Amino acid sequence: MTEFEHHQAAHCESGVTRDLLNTRTNGKLTEPLVFGIGAGLFFANIPFIKINHGPAIAFRTLPGHIFRRTCRSLGIPVVRKKFFSKERAKAFLDECLANGQPVGCQVGVYYLPYFPREYRFHFNGHNLVVYGRKGEDYLISDPIMENATTLGSYELERVRFAKGALAPNGQIYYPKGDVELSDDRIKRSIVKGIKKNVYNMLQIPGSFAGISGICNTGKKIKKWRDQLGLEKAKLYLAQLVRMQEEIGTGGGGFRYIYAAFLQEADAYLPGHGLIEISKMFTQAGDMWRTAAVHAAGIYKGRLSSQEDFDVMGDHLIRIADVEQQAFESLKKIKWQIS
Amino acid sequence: MKKDEIPQDPGALGRITKEVCYATDASGKYTTELSSGWDVKIQALNVAWEDIDKRIAVAKQKVLDGQASPIYFFMEYRLMDVALVADYTGFWQWQVKRHLKPEVFKGLNDTKLQKYALAFNTTVDDLRTMTVHDDRV
Repeated sequence: MTEFEHHQAAHCESGVTRDLLNTRTNGKLTEPLVFGIGAGLFFANIPFIKINHGPAIAFRTLPGHIFRRTCRSLGIPVVRKKFFSKERAKAFLDECLANGQPVGCQVGVYYLPYFPREYRFHFNGHNLVVYGRKGEDYLISDPIMENATTLGSYELERVRFAKGALAPNGQIYYPKGDVELSDDRIKRSIVKGIKKNVYNMLQIPGSFAGISGICNTGKKIKKWRDQLGLEKAKLYLAQLVRMQEEIGTGGGGFRYIYAAFLQEADAYLPGHGLIEISKMFTQAGDMWRTAAVHAAGIYKGRLSSQEDFDVMGDHLIRIADVEQQAFESLKKIKWQIS
Repeated sequence: MKKDEIPQDPGALGRITKEVCYATDASGKYTTELSSGWDVKIQALNVAWEDIDKRIAVAKQKVLDGQASPIYFFMEYRLMDVALVADYTGFWQWQVKRHLKPEVFKGLNDTKLQKYALAFNTTVDDLRTMTVHDDRV
């Protein structure tokens, strides 16, 4: 039987990464550490893509990046495969399981039978672990669920070969071999992760991503009521909140995970003021929540004037301000790794 | 967010699982806590579903009025667009658009209908008669 233990997580990919690395690294990594080392925090409002007839807004980095960056940074070799053929995808999975290797799979959520129907959209960036097989049933550890579950072989195939944007193409990934993780290595990876995240939020070119993306989305929201009409603008705001509060990141989600990461990072790298900066991310998370409450006032129909939309837009602009300060502070740190 | 401020509102996800949230304890240290759901999020989801249900109802009426084939209904019912239906069935988008016409749909053979049935997780008979069963998947 495969050596694997299911744990619930706040976010699917950081949860999967932590659980896959757990046995390989002697349990040294936590979810926030993985999220931070993988530079998971992000913002992007992609203007030319629509999801479910609404704006495509992401609050974290692209699916797959957290796992890849974390492993690369920690010097852990990775196996990653995509498939054209469903038969070969299944054969490879079975071979991994027969060798006692639990694997991460990228899947679409629409046909995931254990999700409540209200949460099933055509979103293909979900991650789970397959860690064993009982006859035709596969043992599944989905990090957003409290308990491990199972999927029939057809059910698993269908979600592994979901279609549309970010189609997983049966993607499988796992860390290869055991690693002795020294504290020194973790320290270096933390610094690298922070630097990457600073770049993504402050310096990434284009006006639709990072801090400038948040700011621009705030400005756009102020125009939604005029441009789209009240009904559609409400839908758009609901979508913003849904993406912010996506399954398994309840409440300003990713900002809080990042704040937790900085607290843990401080234990590795004291004397750099990370605790103080962590508080700024907590504040940003709280502000995202306040903005969501205001948005709810609009989509529930309690608020509807242009002024209410202006307030909403200003919320985002203020959040951009706080996150900018936080990342500027991270950028200024002179790292001393002993 | 402080640990004791984590919302515990009942919603769809709460029936299946609770969610892990990161929040601070009394000393300001981050810890995790389970949440059954948050009303703000639950309402956002409701808004999205009301819109989807509206689309499905419109599609159904169009099929009943003979303006579209049942494929149009199932497309909306499964939250898909023409591109996604084409991806799932292997047809070209222009073919899918053609099959949305009732008179073209009537002439489709079972092999083609079976591809649609598979994509929509239904049977050829149910596809033809626009029958859905309670569970959505």
